[in-house]
Amino acid sequence: MSTWRIARLVAAKDLRIELRSRVVTNQVLPFAALVMVMFAFALDNDTVLTRVAPGLVWLATLFSMLVLVQRAFAVESADGALDALQVAGVRPGGIFLGKSIAMAAQLAVLEVVLLLAAVVLYKVQLAGSGAVLLVTTFVAATTGLAFVGTLYGGLAAGARGRETLLPLLMLPVVAPVLIGATRATEAALGTNGASPSEGWPWIGLLALFAVLFGVGGTLAFGSLIDD
Amino acid sequence: MTEPVVHLVDVVAVMGGFPVLAGADLTVQRGEIVLLRGPNGAGKTSLLRLCAGLLPIERGEATVLGCDLAVDRTAVRPRVGLLGHANGLYADLSVADNVAFWGATVGATAAEIDASLTRMGLATRLAGVRVSRLSAGQRRRTALACLVVRRAELWLLDEPHAGLDAAGRDELDATLREAASSGATIMVASHELERAGALATRMVEVVGGQTRPVGGA
Repeated sequence: MSTWRIARLVAAKDLRIELRSRVVTNQVLPFAALVMVMFAFALDNDTVLTRVAPGLVWLATLFSMLVLVQRAFAVESADGALDALQVAGVRPGGIFLGKSIAMAAQLAVLEVVLLLAAVVLYKVQLAGSGAVLLVTTFVAATTGLAFVGTLYGGLAAGARGRETLLPLLMLPVVAPVLIGATRATEAALGTNGASPSEGWPWIGLLALFAVLFGVGGTLAFGSLIDD
Repeated sequence: MTEPVVHLVDVVAVMGGFPVLAGADLTVQRGEIVLLRGPNGAGKTSLLRLCAGLLPIERGEATVLGCDLAVDRTAVRPRVGLLGHANGLYADLSVADNVAFWGATVGATAAEIDASLTRMGLATRLAGVRVSRLSAGQRRRTALACLVVRRAELWLLDEPHAGLDAAGRDELDATLREAASSGATIMVASHELERAGALATRMVEVVGGQTRPVGGA
């Protein structure tokens, strides 16, 4: 069976599990909203909040993503399903892409909610002139984050103390996404007087990151999850 | 004589720095049902995982379904079905969804998926029930249905009767006999010597990571 067919199968399975369990809806989204509220409490200044809103949105995304990644691999390791997938000879590249697609879909929902929370809580204004840049930023950053999350989730899945190991491994690696996505989002929203043209070079960084981890993950995932 | 399905010669395997197989020898022919017996920690599970291509070999010769495991232990995996201590099921999916997923990984048709559910007595009342709501025995039966739908050539079963009620055990034994008669080869690690022994065509003792035939076979 081809890698793409496996990817579609795994993605559909992961999304069906989410639809049935509603972990994102009932746990991850409230957690993300709570993080946004806590930022508002901590900074307690509308001007400052509006200025740093893009960074806070992406920080909240990263924190919430840790929960998503843990969950994505908990369903695989709870009853030995990842082992069973290996024995079944299911192409690891297909598993990687499938889990990345499902994670990207869940991240996209999360990011929309966080952006809306920023509009409500931090008084961020969405400008029509930066709409294309904003959408492109979210697509590129989400793709990169989904690939990294799946790769490091797979790496940590079989490790002892994986709950604490995952943030230690993953957060330093996604720092370029945090920086690039924050700068591009600032440019798209016109934060601190930035213009959309200033955001496009950061899209290059986000796209390069996504390609590197997408290709690397597809090739290396089999070795990572193997005994 | 045809090539054996499993052929191990003086195989040594190490896990976490600890030798789990210490010179295992085993030859299994197509259609055999071989019972692996021995005390806990003797190496039965490791032997099954090695045959499934999950455990690397340190030394010796290991050929499974014509694949040399020393060269590439991944090649054999699509042709092998392993049911270990874990069931490999997704707790939030229904019984039918689980079997359909595992069937889809090998391109099984809807009819084949239905047949597997029926074979394990899961086609009616339990098909739509989430795995998280099943008893241990029902989960085991679901895992076996997932194994049946994958049409594996070599079945590696670790304590397959565990958690099954009397009817489930009878269904399992019937399924295994049917699979063996249609050409599948089966290796069963079990402590339930009476039941598994009645099922097996041959017994092998595993002790200290080594194998020896039982009853002069």
